[in-house]
Amino acid sequence: MRLAAFGGIYSNHLALAAVLEDLRQGGSDLAWCLGDLGGFGPHPDRAVAALRSSGIPTLRGNMDDSVGHARGDCDCGYTDPRDNAFAQRSYDYTLAHTSPEHRAWMRDLPECHRLEAGGRRVLLCHGSPRRVNEFLWESACSDAFLEWMCAEHGADLLLCSHTGLHWHRALPSGRHVVNVGTIGRPANDGRTEVWYARVELEDGVRVDFRSVAYDHESLAREMESEALPPEFVETIRTGWWTTCLENLPAKERRAGRF
Amino acid sequence: MERFPAQPLHHLDVLWIQVAGTLCNLSCTHCFVTCGPGERRHPMMSRGEVRARVAEALGMGVREFYFTGGEPFLHPDLIEILEDTLASAPATVLTNGTLLTASRIESLRRLSDESRSSLEIRVSLDGLDAAAHDAFRGAGAFARTIEGLRDLEASGLLPIVTVTHTGDDDPLVFRERCLHALGALGLSRPRIKTLPMFRLGRETTRTRGYAEIESLRDLPESAFDPHRLQCGSCRAVSAKGVHVCPLLVDEPGGRMGERLDQTLTPFKLSHGACFTCYVTGMTCGNG
Repeated sequence: MRLAAFGGIYSNHLALAAVLEDLRQGGSDLAWCLGDLGGFGPHPDRAVAALRSSGIPTLRGNMDDSVGHARGDCDCGYTDPRDNAFAQRSYDYTLAHTSPEHRAWMRDLPECHRLEAGGRRVLLCHGSPRRVNEFLWESACSDAFLEWMCAEHGADLLLCSHTGLHWHRALPSGRHVVNVGTIGRPANDGRTEVWYARVELEDGVRVDFRSVAYDHESLAREMESEALPPEFVETIRTGWWTTCLENLPAKERRAGRF
Repeated sequence: MERFPAQPLHHLDVLWIQVAGTLCNLSCTHCFVTCGPGERRHPMMSRGEVRARVAEALGMGVREFYFTGGEPFLHPDLIEILEDTLASAPATVLTNGTLLTASRIESLRRLSDESRSSLEIRVSLDGLDAAAHDAFRGAGAFARTIEGLRDLEASGLLPIVTVTHTGDDDPLVFRERCLHALGALGLSRPRIKTLPMFRLGRETTRTRGYAEIESLRDLPESAFDPHRLQCGSCRAVSAKGVHVCPLLVDEPGGRMGERLDQTLTPFKLSHGACFTCYVTGMTCGNG
């Protein structure tokens, strides 16, 4: 089985369109969206409508839960006050521009999903299986911790998102953890493309990450016309994170510009 | 009968290691563990002891380790201990930043580069100028700490600066003030973590200890959030055993057992520090 998974659309409807086109050409048997449809980008209804039309099954991320229930903030899990201030602006804009019908749909999305493929138990989640807004950074998780998490939640292959940075770890036990990245903002690598994951489950587990280019300049102009923070626009244009990065571990932080 | 909420341990995500015991080169007036030169109430932990604790915690699925004291860089084997640990898990060192020699920083950068796991260096700063900082930490401490921070940043280690937030100003305003001051001191990419003051150790003499009202006594079970406190996911080890958290290693009732697997039981939140943690929602971790 060839499984594709992406997360964190963050209202980037142009990146979503490019990813959907890439999926059509890529020959995956199944695709999943791991949640966080809104936030950051412009016109959230556009991405939600496109995703729903695609028929791709979707998990409920923290932003979807918060926007769906109008909980007051995105529950992103940041602790830094500047990060939280930007997250609040994202949430407020997204809530104000998401239709009641889409919000009702978000409320009913599942938080996790299980499937079996290639003789393996696959668990899909947004942050982690135990907490929707948990950040699983590559450099901040020991093998022992990931082994425990997989064992505790009955997974041979765990797929997650939420952090915005994609990575894959083959664990000593033969289990695998894949953070599929996000397609709503670039991966803090100075490139404007966005990333998702393809996993082949046949005679083992093979993971490859796909980078997808899209019309990021058009998105940047849409963001400007919606008066979204210039810091967000800069990230779309440069590929470097300017906000919501204070909880990055040193290794990941060092790879970025700010 | 007094009733306090009990905090379950959901999972051991974090193990704190009081590697330097209570030995420190400074005698800070607010130190919550009353560390200082010649303070040996908690001895240093040997490299072998630390290695055994790391193995014990890895067997329980721990995510990361924090090294504290006292001043960890007084430990003669700290670099080797970090090397041992980083082979398996992320590690953070909490330091006053005054003992960061060029060779130590070079070693830290090498360890960081060679490990898949993150190495975080967290430096405590108790004021944004020498007068404020040195009032807590002693004359000359500010200058040495800022030099240490600059050297860490120049090496690419991107230290976390821990600042104590004692005023009533808005957290965002406070953060910006810290960033501005650190920028003026030549630090271009400081990462800021704020902590509240704890009325423990020497702070009880500098100001006061906890008042009776500063307590979680009789907090209704229905109002208690068991996912708010760091002791739901951490333990601390010293040469004296296993403690509920790094704040209570030197407090009566903070010790829970000898082995980690003896400390999986809920902890009664009867200490004043539990009140501070619960009210502020703080964690000693990096996040």
